[in-house]
Amino acid sequence: MTIREEIAFGVTKYERREARKRFVRKIVVFLVFLVVLGLAYTGYKAFGQSIDDAQTDWPVIGAIMPRTDDLTMPPLSAILAEFGQPPQRNSSKPLGAFIAEASLFTFREAALGFFMGVGLGLGIAVVMLRSRWLERGLSPYLVASQTIPLVAIAPIIVIWGSNSMGWLPFEWKTWMSVAIIAMYLTFFPVAMNGIKGLQSADPAALELMRSYAASRRQTLIRLQLPSSVPFLFAAFKIAATAAIVGAIVGEISGGVRGGLGRLILDFASRYTTGPERLYATVIGSAVLGIIAVGLVILAEYIVLSKRRAEAHTP
Amino acid sequence: MTDKPTCAVEVSQVTKVFNVGKPNQVKALDDINLTVSNGAFVSLIGPSGCGKSTLLRLIAALTHPTEGTVCVNDKSADQARLDRDYGMAFQTSALFKWRTITDNIELPLQLMGWSRSKRKERVVEMLDLVKLSEFGDHYPNELSGGMRQRVAIARALSFRPSLLLMDEPFGALDEMTREHMQTELLEIWNRTGKTVVFVTHSIPEAVFLSQRVIVMSPRPGRIASDISVDIGERVFETRESPEFFAKVTEVREALRFDHGADE
Repeated sequence: MTIREEIAFGVTKYERREARKRFVRKIVVFLVFLVVLGLAYTGYKAFGQSIDDAQTDWPVIGAIMPRTDDLTMPPLSAILAEFGQPPQRNSSKPLGAFIAEASLFTFREAALGFFMGVGLGLGIAVVMLRSRWLERGLSPYLVASQTIPLVAIAPIIVIWGSNSMGWLPFEWKTWMSVAIIAMYLTFFPVAMNGIKGLQSADPAALELMRSYAASRRQTLIRLQLPSSVPFLFAAFKIAATAAIVGAIVGEISGGVRGGLGRLILDFASRYTTGPERLYATVIGSAVLGIIAVGLVILAEYIVLSKRRAEAHTP
Repeated sequence: MTDKPTCAVEVSQVTKVFNVGKPNQVKALDDINLTVSNGAFVSLIGPSGCGKSTLLRLIAALTHPTEGTVCVNDKSADQARLDRDYGMAFQTSALFKWRTITDNIELPLQLMGWSRSKRKERVVEMLDLVKLSEFGDHYPNELSGGMRQRVAIARALSFRPSLLLMDEPFGALDEMTREHMQTELLEIWNRTGKTVVFVTHSIPEAVFLSQRVIVMSPRPGRIASDISVDIGERVFETRESPEFFAKVTEVREALRFDHGADE
């Protein structure tokens, strides 16, 4: 190994170690925040309770800040305990199992919607890259598409799905309609960041490709798509959460059973007899969202570290 | 190979106007005539705004003249580009950061449809030419600026073009690296016999490298003088020789335009 190589090797090794340190630090900070959040919740509740106990008519709590009674803010311990208890007297499994199953169902919809949305978004981005004119013409419609309330179009999509997908070689299930709703929220950030990413290619590199008389397709695949990868991953993180939200809202407004949306709807309608169940389900949804983003971050780490750190495998 | 053309580059009566018909219309080049013979090393020098980069890009057919014609290897510049007659190197090395050095040098070969084995063979050759054989598996951001420029040169030469177009390739390097790279470029030029058109704003660099220095004046870009540099073989001591200083002075004098006198 030459000295220069040694230095280069050392730098990458150092970078890798730093990356690992950053990752660990992120996890630790996340956990610390989680604890702080739990403490704040419990602390605020205890504070409100003490004011109630003192029978002082303190006007802030209940007027500006939320009440702290067990119906509004069930104790954290009760929410966590709820995961282990059956949600109804006659149910065979604990609530945690129901939430896990529903999460899996919703995740399947969201994942399918995510990948369809990524495909659609990338397609739109490439089309917009091809023509300034199309980019200008299409952009306002893309933005407008996101201002239409999802609750309005979700039932339409579900009805379309069950009525007019008979020509497909497989049986159309309602969860596939929900996936389309998830796609509807997903393609937008991918298209917007995608076009920005494709346009981010180094102008000198573009001239270089022209000097090689490279075709537009070659330029797209060899230069513009790879240049857009960091932009795309930023979009994928937004899209992953959007897909989960889209799937849940789609389930609720489309009347699809089996997922988190239905569970939320059920527990919300029976809130007064057990607020802990809704809280637990919301926590479950949040965890699902975090897992989805986590998967994107993992994929990003694998792809981007391949760009940098794999230099020294012989 | 077919018969070598007599002229590698022939620019005749070229005028280039940007933003034609708009309020910000600019005449970048005015009545340029330039002939570069095969195998020559020619530098274009001038202050910023003199159109030297534009002239280079006209030769590369990355932009087209408003008036006049540009021929490369006895063809139109466009045809020469499509025939991949030239390789290009930029000030920003424009390496693809997601590709290893090997893959960067391979890029043009890949685009041109060379077979995998031929590509591998050629890359080994090119890495050897620019003395980076140990760095094939590295990524661009692990290399120094000078090394990155060497990769860019290797990439430009990988598909054996007869002409090498360089746009301030050493502009971002420190003085020591720069002189070192100049020596290496001349070595490569001697070994490969390419025609080189080299854009720079460094007078000593132009004198040290070239057989001919084309001095350009700005607004609009014109060729102010055409200075031939015969100071023998370039070695380390060349930069300290009186002949070298004489030529540097001559170019510097040629670069003294009456600023603003024509306004």
